[in-house]
Amino acid sequence: MPNDTTQLDATQTPTADAAIEAPESKDAPDSVGIVTPVSYHFDEPLLLRSGKTLLAYDLMVETYGELNAARSNAILICHALSGDHHAAGYHSATDSKPGWWDSAIGPGKAIDTTKFFVVALNNLGGCAGSTGPTSINPDTGKPYGPDFPVVTVRDWVKSQLQLMDRLAIKKWAAVVGGSLGGMQVQRWAISYPDRVANAVCIASAPKLSAQNIAFNEVARYSITSDPNFHAGRYLEHNTYPKQGLMLARMVGHITYLSDSAMRAKFGNAGSQLENTTRGNLGRDLRSGTLSFGLNVDFEVESYLHYQGERFSSNFDANSYLLMTKALDYFDPSVDYGNDLSKAFAGGDCKFLLVSFSTDWRFPPERSRELVETLLKAGREVTYLEVEADQGHDAFLMPIPRYINAMRGFLDNAYKELVNDAS
Amino acid sequence: MRPDQEIIQRWIEPDSRVLDLGCGDGSLLANLKLTKKVKGTGLEIDSDKIQTCVERGLNVIEQNLDAGLWNFQTDSFDTVLLAQTLQALSHPDQLIDEMLRVGRRGIVTFPNFGNWKSRVYLSSKGRMPVSKFMPHAWYDTPNIHFCTVRDFDALCKEKNIRILERTVVDLKHEGSLSMRLLPNLLGEIAIYHIARS
Repeated sequence: MPNDTTQLDATQTPTADAAIEAPESKDAPDSVGIVTPVSYHFDEPLLLRSGKTLLAYDLMVETYGELNAARSNAILICHALSGDHHAAGYHSATDSKPGWWDSAIGPGKAIDTTKFFVVALNNLGGCAGSTGPTSINPDTGKPYGPDFPVVTVRDWVKSQLQLMDRLAIKKWAAVVGGSLGGMQVQRWAISYPDRVANAVCIASAPKLSAQNIAFNEVARYSITSDPNFHAGRYLEHNTYPKQGLMLARMVGHITYLSDSAMRAKFGNAGSQLENTTRGNLGRDLRSGTLSFGLNVDFEVESYLHYQGERFSSNFDANSYLLMTKALDYFDPSVDYGNDLSKAFAGGDCKFLLVSFSTDWRFPPERSRELVETLLKAGREVTYLEVEADQGHDAFLMPIPRYINAMRGFLDNAYKELVNDAS
Repeated sequence: MRPDQEIIQRWIEPDSRVLDLGCGDGSLLANLKLTKKVKGTGLEIDSDKIQTCVERGLNVIEQNLDAGLWNFQTDSFDTVLLAQTLQALSHPDQLIDEMLRVGRRGIVTFPNFGNWKSRVYLSSKGRMPVSKFMPHAWYDTPNIHFCTVRDFDALCKEKNIRILERTVVDLKHEGSLSMRLLPNLLGEIAIYHIARS
């Protein structure tokens, strides 16, 4: 669910400024370089799953690469919980960090911008430029706040279809996403099967389990019980539920990592020993000694504080609540008598599914369920179960097996569209 | 193309659905896709071979055959292939059942342990045969369930499985009249086309 490529960056210490990352990578031949987001305005009302209607809305969009003459080489990138339209490249020469999926998108990368025209957007209800809780509600002249309607994965995909039509793209060469993004990929294949040639669904699930919903509820409760939440109207009070957001992110963060990833990340002192990270189980101390007080003693504590702090100052609390609701509500089988294979019965897009061995938020068994469903529906599926230590976060990492499979799969997608044209 | 693949290909109907268990680098599936326009899927656990399949544009699912074919619907394929993998399975008999549940027909190939070379090796040296063909020591081999042509015939009989066709070839995947007459003694690789009764 996180869209945050720095999370496992070994150079990232809790007190470090993000600017320590190498700025020269902007000029790297495999970077899309400096990119400028574009806002698209839509006047057509969008009827939402809840029954409410958004009369007009904006979508913030970034694109990389060139759309070919046949307009057949477009790939849609669907972001996860805290992601946005800034998937690759940099916004300015002084930008310290690239977009959240820069490891996968660029010239010669797995999602190759010399072949494909890549479209990434910020979903409705987000807080990075598309219409969401921080936007002004035309009815009141104030920010929507808690009045922004609950949006579902289906609603997002519906709005993505509007964007697709605006860009005059008939069929996506591929729709690609991980985690909550993978749910959008599934929804595309179900709702608009004729508009998708290939579906890449990474570390996702056909619906959340109770444990997953429980984690989301802890996150929501920590936000809504913050005294600065003001029933969601915190902006009108010139404040925001910082503590609540921090706590939500800290809990979330733990679930995105694996035990082994944390041992490795916070067990550097142990690496001096013969038996590497197993030496201290990731118990590196901040100052080398215990404080015998309620201070931050261990590196992992300070890391969580830093991540929570950083997230809370960049992400809108109402958006976070909406995104977690979209996750919880996702279950396309409800329209098909709880038989998801019927949902996938139409269409002929090919699927690539990938899961990661230590991901306990969206574990391999959930992807296997999807594989079984797709096979039952008679669909063409490729599935990889990748050994990776990074837990759920692995889907954002340049793990060779995973990246190579995505590259191989998309290369074939490209060959097909070239063959179709000739 | 290898002669055993040529034999297998003869048994595959055009435009049919083929599931290849232990598909390796996908060369057989790729060939069937090209020559017979089959709708194919492969199961494999070797990550490099899976990658090759992906690059070939084949559908490949990372799945251990010892876990069975639980995720495949009954009658969802026309032919299920099991080439040179039977002897490495924990429960080969159960997988044969599964093959013929998921597919209408099955094709099984395996190294024939009843071949005279194995017999001579075992009887003269008194040790488990190790050769270019079966290069592993007994304690470190993926091949845990060797069988002979006669053993497999017996298994089919026991399970009431129809043998549509049976052929044996040598290591060059070529057949001969003598091999047809004495398959269990002379055949090095057995190739079976089977179906439910």
